[in-house]
Amino acid sequence: MAKRIEVSGLNVYYGDFKAVEDVSMTIEPRSVTAFIGPSGCGKSTFLRTLNRMHEVIPGARVEGKVMLDHQDLYASGIDPVAVRRVVGMVFQRPNPFPTMSIFDNVASGLKLNGVRDRKKLTEVVEQSLKSANLWNEVKDRLDKPGAGLSGGQQQRLCIARAIAVEPEVILMDEPCSALDPISTLAIEDLIEKLKDRYTVVIVTHNMQQAARVSDQTAFFNLSATGKPGRLIEMAPTTQIFSNPSEKATEDYITGRFG
Amino acid sequence: MSAVAENQPAYDGKVLDLTGKSGARAFKNTLATVLIVLAFVLAMIPLLWILFTVVSKGYHLLLSADWWSQSQRGITVRRAGGGAYHAIMGTLIMALITAVIAVPIAILGAIYLVEYGRGTRIARIVSFTIDILTGVPSIVAALFVYAVWITVFGFNRVGFAVSLSLVLLMLPVVLRSTEEMLKLVPDELREASYALGVPKWKTILKVVVPTAFGGIVTGVMLGLARVMGETAPLLILVGYSKNINLNPFNGFMGALPTMINQDRTELALPNAADRVWAAALTLILLVLVLNLLARLIARFSAIKSK
Repeated sequence: MAKRIEVSGLNVYYGDFKAVEDVSMTIEPRSVTAFIGPSGCGKSTFLRTLNRMHEVIPGARVEGKVMLDHQDLYASGIDPVAVRRVVGMVFQRPNPFPTMSIFDNVASGLKLNGVRDRKKLTEVVEQSLKSANLWNEVKDRLDKPGAGLSGGQQQRLCIARAIAVEPEVILMDEPCSALDPISTLAIEDLIEKLKDRYTVVIVTHNMQQAARVSDQTAFFNLSATGKPGRLIEMAPTTQIFSNPSEKATEDYITGRFG
Repeated sequence: MSAVAENQPAYDGKVLDLTGKSGARAFKNTLATVLIVLAFVLAMIPLLWILFTVVSKGYHLLLSADWWSQSQRGITVRRAGGGAYHAIMGTLIMALITAVIAVPIAILGAIYLVEYGRGTRIARIVSFTIDILTGVPSIVAALFVYAVWITVFGFNRVGFAVSLSLVLLMLPVVLRSTEEMLKLVPDELREASYALGVPKWKTILKVVVPTAFGGIVTGVMLGLARVMGETAPLLILVGYSKNINLNPFNGFMGALPTMINQDRTELALPNAADRVWAAALTLILLVLVLNLLARLIARFSAIKSK
């Protein structure tokens, strides 16, 4: 598992509005890549193009290439549903399915895709919850509703749900922004663990978080409101935070932005 | 920094006015409270009055087993006796047929409007048509079906024709309420499902509709409650029969609203009057039971937390 993502010359449009312009980057497998940048700079939008989730929004479209180990995700004949099976996603706010139990939430990806084998489901649920560092907290109440957990537990439940379908890549869109510091720490520990098996991409507003969890950091910026967001710089995290090559990056991470 | 803070007095001694409501605001508050309570009482008076009258005048006939098992066959207006079984069954059969036709169309229509048609021309046309349908009086719906069913196709007046016209009345109610319920389902849940590689149709079927299920059921029951009390389609599209007829495709059929209407003209006769009140109470109870049933279904399927 875990695949390399190579993006070249990607533009994202919402209708006529160009949201992201000319992004090219390589995301290494079995590593954590963080996207940082001010609000509205297109980092979340760009993240969503990596599993074609932006297509949920009417009028959204892309130009350019996203290669997943030599396979173009935007080639004709590629089914976005199939893409999302290999590129999973965790969202800003924990969103467990409110009608389902903890067990069913984790099993939902498999169940909804037709897996009926109870033994297999039980195994996958246990494995995924263990990988998400949640097993010990919920193993006695798997039949209880997922919505009854705390915010941090719900987010780990969502991560367990995402890894239960065994994706190659996991995208995380500000996964800790709705969580308290303790839960945030739990998720960060988890991300550290996930990179052994998956390609992890995380969008964050928290620069300490980017510094703590990521191997590579990409800085996005926009020159003015209404202008498209651009990739300013991408480098190993230690270099971005100690010796960035762009002035804009340095201004942003030292808080002298805008 | 700390040196400056130490030199500052702990507080400047000024007392802020935090006493809250000024006279004018307190008056407005009281006025609004009084008006709201008054409106509530005004709304409750007729409601409780109707309920009290119907229950007190109608309950004693409902206590007999005959009421629930016998028809009015051979009972003239002057005589007591017989029951409402024929009318209860007629109302339930016609309501059931109506629901079987209207509910799938309404729910699928709502799913189209919310999940697929957003912002498209055809969705706007459908939405506009539903708005018009909402305002169609029951007698117009009945006459429309009369024109099609009897005048054009030459069929007889039967229970099924009534159901067809009731579909026109139930459809917009259920469609609109389902639409509102589906809109309440957060997009985050749809996205969570898509992100697992679940196709859109399955997301709707297994995530969106179950999340909105309680609300959809409530809407269906409200629609049923509305059509069960309709009288105009019954008068126009099926004759009232005092006999038990369970066949919606053949012959006249009893129904509670037409049973009330039948004896209404003879209210001076105590036995006829008793039957009118009892039939009215039965209709109210039927709707009540359906509503309780809906609550129950909604509770069991409700979104679980804790």
